[in-house]
This record gives sequence, C-alpha cells and structure tokens, in this order.
Amino acid sequence: MLDPVILLPAAINGLTMGAVYALVALGLTLIYGVLHIINFAHGSLLMVGLYGAFFLYQAGGIDPYLSLVLLVPALFGLGYILQWGVIGRASHGSDQNVLLVTLGVSIVIENLALYFFTGDTRTIEAPYAFEMVDIAVARVPLPRLVAFGAALAIAALLWLLMAKTDLGRAIRAVAKERQGARLVGIDVDHIFAMSFGIGTACVGAAAALLLPMFYVSPHVGHVFVLVAFTVVVLGGMGSFIGALLGGLIIGVTESLGGLIFGETFGQLAIFLIFIAILLFRPTGFFGGRPS
Amino acid sequence: MTMRQGLAGGLVLVLALMAPLAIQSDFWLGFLITILLFAAMGMAWNILGGYAGQFSFGHAAFFGTGAYATSVLHIALGLNPWLGLLVAAAAGGTMGLLIGYLSFRYGLRGSYFALITLAFAEVLRILANTAGFTGGGVGLYLPLNIGVANMQFAGKAGYYYVALGLALASILIAWRLERSRLGAWLAAIRENEDAARALGVDTFACKLAAIGISGAMTGVGGWFYAHYYLYIDPEIAYGPGVSVEILLVAIVGGLGTVLGPLLGSVALHAAGELAQRLMGDTPGLNLIFYGVLLVVMVRLMPDGLAGLVRRWMRPAGGTQRA
Amino acid sequence: MLEVNAVTKSFGGLAAVAAASLRVAEGGIVALIGPNGAGKTTLFAAISGFVAPDNGQILFNGAAITGLAPHLICRRGIVRTFQIVQPFGGLTVRENIVVGAHLRHAGRRKALMRAEEVARRVGLGELLDRPASALTVAGRKRLELARALATAPRLLLLDEVMAGLNPAEIDEIVRIIRDIRASGVTVFLIEHVMQAVVSLADYVYVLNQGEIIAQGSVSEIAAMPNVIEAYLGHGAAARMTTGAAGAVQ
Repeated sequence: MLDPVILLPAAINGLTMGAVYALVALGLTLIYGVLHIINFAHGSLLMVGLYGAFFLYQAGGIDPYLSLVLLVPALFGLGYILQWGVIGRASHGSDQNVLLVTLGVSIVIENLALYFFTGDTRTIEAPYAFEMVDIAVARVPLPRLVAFGAALAIAALLWLLMAKTDLGRAIRAVAKERQGARLVGIDVDHIFAMSFGIGTACVGAAAALLLPMFYVSPHVGHVFVLVAFTVVVLGGMGSFIGALLGGLIIGVTESLGGLIFGETFGQLAIFLIFIAILLFRPTGFFGGRPS
Repeated sequence: MTMRQGLAGGLVLVLALMAPLAIQSDFWLGFLITILLFAAMGMAWNILGGYAGQFSFGHAAFFGTGAYATSVLHIALGLNPWLGLLVAAAAGGTMGLLIGYLSFRYGLRGSYFALITLAFAEVLRILANTAGFTGGGVGLYLPLNIGVANMQFAGKAGYYYVALGLALASILIAWRLERSRLGAWLAAIRENEDAARALGVDTFACKLAAIGISGAMTGVGGWFYAHYYLYIDPEIAYGPGVSVEILLVAIVGGLGTVLGPLLGSVALHAAGELAQRLMGDTPGLNLIFYGVLLVVMVRLMPDGLAGLVRRWMRPAGGTQRA
Repeated sequence: MLEVNAVTKSFGGLAAVAAASLRVAEGGIVALIGPNGAGKTTLFAAISGFVAPDNGQILFNGAAITGLAPHLICRRGIVRTFQIVQPFGGLTVRENIVVGAHLRHAGRRKALMRAEEVARRVGLGELLDRPASALTVAGRKRLELARALATAPRLLLLDEVMAGLNPAEIDEIVRIIRDIRASGVTVFLIEHVMQAVVSLADYVYVLNQGEIIAQGSVSEIAAMPNVIEAYLGHGAAARMTTGAAGAVQ
C-alpha cells in the first residue's frame, strides 16, 4: 500500500491542492499581517468568487481561466467596500468585534447565496476537466497542474507588489507602525481597505482556478476557511512564504494522510495540526511576530 | 433588586407559567420552547464570553457532547432521561474543562481562543461522523415511549415547562454568579488579566471554572434537544450552526448581563420568524437576518438589548459599563 | 521580611537585573531609586512573580517565593501596583476594589465592606460608584493603591505611584503611605519624586544597569554626591540634602 507508485501521485495531487490552499491563505495572511484581524468571511468570499466563475461560464460561456481577469478586480472591489464600509466601521478596533463582524458578514453572504442559488451543488464541465498530464510516475489532471502553476505565479506577483511598488511600501509601513504611517501622511483607512481588497482578490483568483476541478455550493467556503486558518498559523501569521509553504504542507498531509489512514483522517489531521500549532507554537514556523 | 423589578419579574414569571393554558397552538409553543432553550444556552455562553471575556466560537462542542452522552446511554443502557440530565451536564462540563485546560494552560486569548474552540467542535463533528456508537452520519433516533418518567410528553406543554425550568435555572445561576467572588474575579479577568493576577486572582482556575460551568449548562441544552426532538446527528450536534446561534443570542442580548440572553433569544427568534412570515419560508432567510443583526449590534449597540433597556429604565445615565 | 539574594534576569541577552541583593525590614519604608531603564520595574516584577528570575533567590519571611505564580505570592501577602495604572476600566471604583478584597473574604458582603473601608482610607469614598475609566490620573493612582490594600498585604510594592501628580496630590499620597505604614504594612517603593523619597524612606537602594550601586539612609545616600549626580541628574544631591520640593527630570 505504501508503494511509491501510489504515494507519489498522491503527494503530487496534494501539492496541487496545497497550492490552491496557499492562494486562499495568502489573502488571509495579508489581511492579518496588515490589519491584525482574523477575517472569518474569507471562505464565503471564495464562495462568491466560485459562483461568479460558475455563472460567467454558464451564462456567458467564459472559460474559468479567462474569468480570472474579471473576478480578480471584482472581488478586489468587493473586499475594498466591505472593509471600508462595514468591517472597519463596525469593529471599534477590538479584535473580538472584528471576528464577530466578519462572522456576521459571512452568515449574510452564505445565506444570500442559499436564498438565490439554493443549496444545490453545482459543477461545470470544462472540456479539459479530465485531461491528464504525465509527470514522472504520476498522472495529474490538467486543471490541478494549471492551478499549481498559477498559484505560484500569483504568489510571486503578490510578493513583487509588496516589495517593489509604492503601494506595497505603504502597506508594509501601515502593517508595521500604523500611527507612524498616519503621521507621514498615509491614508491608513484607505490602505486597510486596499489590503483587504487585495486579500479578497486572492480568493477571486483561487476561485477561478478551483472551479474546473471542484464544485460550488453556498457552504463551500467552510471547506476552505479552516484549512486556510491552519495554513496561516502553520506558516506564521502574516508571513507570505509561510503561507505558501504551509499550504503545500497541508495539501500533502491531507492527501497522504487520507490515502494511508482514510479520508476522515485527512480532514481530522488538518484540525489536529491547527490545534497543536495554536497551543504549542502560535507564532508558526516561518517567522511572523508573536500575538 | 428594586421593588419594581421584582414585581415585573414576578408578573413575567406568572405569565410564563400560564402560557401553555392560553396558547393551544403547537407551533407557537414550539417557538417559545426554542426561545427558552437558546436563552438558557446563551446564558451559558455569557458566563464564559460575557463575564469572563473569553469568546467561544465552538459551544457546539458542549451542546453535542451533552446530547450524545444522554442519547447513547439511553439507547445502549436504557439510561433514564431525567438522570441523563446529570450525565449531560457532567459530559459537557468535562469537555469544557478539557478544552479550557489546553487553551488556557497555553495562554490562548481573544481570537485565538475563539478559533481553537471552533476547531475542537469540528474535530468532534468529524469523530461523531466516523465513530460507530454515535450512529455516524446517519445519526441517532431515540425510541418513542411516551411517559413523564421517560421525559416524553404527549403535547408540547410538558416540554415547554422543562425548557422554562432550564431558562430559569440559568438566570438564577447567572444572578448568583454576578454576586459572587468568582463573578467579581471573572469580570476582573475580562477587564485586565495582569491586574487581576497581581491582586491574587488565580486566573487559570477562574477561567477553567467559567468554561466548566458554561460547558455543563450547554450540555444540558443538548440533553433537552435530544429528548425533545428524539433525533440527533453530527451536523446538528457539533455543526457550526448551533455555536453561532448560541453566540448570537448572548451578543444581541447584551454581554455580561443576567437577562441579556433571554432578551437576545426573544429578539433573535422573533425577528427570524417575522422575516419568514413576511418573505416566505425560504431556507437561509432567518440567518441573513441574524447576520445583519450581528453586524448592526456590534456597530451600534455593543452593550446589547440589555444595555438599551437599562438606558430606558435609568435615563439619567449612570455607572453602567460601556 | 523580604530578602532578595543575587537575583538576575536577562531579556534576550541583556541583563535587566544583574545579581541584585537587597533587604526590606518589617515595618519600614524602603525606596528603590535609579535612572529609567535601570531594572527597577523588572526587579519588582520578579518579586511579585510576573517574571521568573534566571538566577538568585527571593525570600519572604524566610520562605523562598522565587518563581511562584503572582496570585500565590499575593496570597502570601506581597502585592504590587503597576507603574502604568491598570484599572478595570469597565467596572466601578467599588467593583475594582472588591476584586482585591475578595482575596481574604469569600463572602460578598464582607468584601464590599472591606472595599468601602479601604476606599475611604485612600480618599475615594465619594467616588465609589464612578466608572474607573472616568477617574483622573490622581484618582487612578489611588485606585491602584486601594485595590492593592484591599488584599490585606504584609508588604506593599509601589511602582511610581506619584508620577504624573501635582505637588498637592503628592503630599496627599505621602500622607496616605505613612498611614499605611502606621497600620503595620511594610512599604517598598520605586520612586522618581525625590521629595517623597526623602520624606518617606528609612532606607534607600540605588539601582543602575541592573546592579545595586549604593545603599543607605537618605542622608548617607545624599552624602555620595558622585553617585547621585551620575545617576539621578545634576543637582539631585543638593535637593536631597535640603529635602526641597521638585521631581528629578
């Protein structure tokens, strides 16, 4: 059973799924790193992105990968408005309030989806959905490979954005010292909303990459939100490289754990890792500041 | 307690006791039962979240443990449901102590505590889905056997009185707690943990006591649910839905107040019901309402409905906490 | 009563307290002075259990309390106040003090009585039902003191209770501290306000860069002008000798 012929494909599949987890987690970790808040609505925003991709394909015949171009700006805008108009105003600066407000937002979004789209699980049948690519001994579905590559590319772009642009510098300044940033004339509320928007744009991208190999339903965010939290705490809150590596590690753990011990264990392993890290090493494994 | 408050309380109690005589409709009695059940569990959440300041996002862990403990033992060993109440309280309390011990020993606070409680509830949900004795994903049906000794009533009135008893007991517990040493110390921990420690408060033990009491009370809520509906499954017992509803009741009602969760439960369920009446019985509609309410309450009324009522009763303002 | 033997505490390789030793005799008022960053607050934190020393021993009435949890140390009779006051902002003054009073009184009525009595002693009797967050700086300092007193301590550690007060308020606190000592509580205080040190302390320790560099009565310390000038700023020695008003810095 532990033959490499079986293990290797599972590991590669895990890596590809892990890349999508990483993409979702990158958005979460960016929001945490800058605003120091835990965004509970992250999963439901992913769900919004998935429905967006689904209807663009269904009604407009737009390929999910093409819809990336529309979804990323759309979700950026949604995130910006959410932070600027709702979360920032309602939370009074207390992090428990932020958790409550984002929980409220996620409840609203999910049940709006339930109201309008019913609880049905929907999938698309893209022509390339079942195409396989041979890598070493493994045969990997094409969509997973695309997701893997694109996730890495987007992570690289995000890094460039943060490291090389004026916006990135302003974001980092606010993340480090928000009073100081305000004093030198940075519009902190705008930067908060921008960061939230970029974080949300990440799940827009993740949604477009995910749809060809996954499904969408009003509660699909649940699958990802706790996984994303796990990735973020594993990688260290606010750390990009941590989120990337953490996502890949969780993807492989889930896949191999599921293969060896059964699927339930794969899920269970994620939560147990989550609990263990929170208890024993809340700063994560790749830097990040203590809480 | 002032004379006026005492009179008002007495009047409400008499009305509550007579309600089943006036209300013949099963639907409305069922509605009241839900309100009372969640008021009781909101009170339980409030002891940990409102008084001690530790927000749990995973009270389903206690609710489900109480529900499964009484159900499994009832089905397998014929445990009497009334005794099941004690078992559920013990099981919920033990789960509380377990989660509390791990979380507080390692100093988790704020959002981290909220997340870890959520994760524990999810772990329990997955385990309940897999284990044999919980009936797995199919769930557990409790045998029908009507009789007061078996805590099964022909009509809803019997259940109503049990739920009323639970709500009253929770109010009493909260009221006693507020006037006790533990209550004073929990408030101190909520406001400033280091200062509390400097004044000799064993913060770890106090938080553990709070989560133990809260867990036991919520376990009793699970006990009632199981014997009322005669069915539970992992999603009902350990799913995020129940955690969120308990939390909402306490937040909407007012943190750290004796009557807040009752007010919150009435408001929340009345609003949800109204939404469904007005806009048709569509799944999710009441939850949209709940979500909006949560955001609005945190934004506009952080001290909840209880704070609003208090401001009405004492318009001069005064010394209440903000 | 209190014995600190060669206590050392480092943070990230920097010694905040380096082999500091001192004694506080029962019934006295002892002051710990020194420039900012000398390690005074760290030493207090070590005595009260908020940080565990890397090395050394702390004895209270002959028994080792090194590394005990803060609440256990408080139970034995040592209570500290915080330099940056830490009121329970959402509670009333009465509720704040009751938290301390409950340490010795499980029952609510007794604790409430004790709280009121302590409040009157420190001059907060009129403000019992105010929210703590509505107090002035001077009020908050008194509240900090009252809460600590309510635990019925044997030894009171006061961390700069006079910082930020005006001269009249300082006189009032000085009077209260004398009163506390007269009631049988030993006082150990960190203070920058020299006027207060001069008028209160029986014995003074000078801490600099984590080390005790001088000790003695107020007049003995005042007779070491080089030490004082170096660590407490120009003119401090003169002020100490004359006991004139005015704070260093």
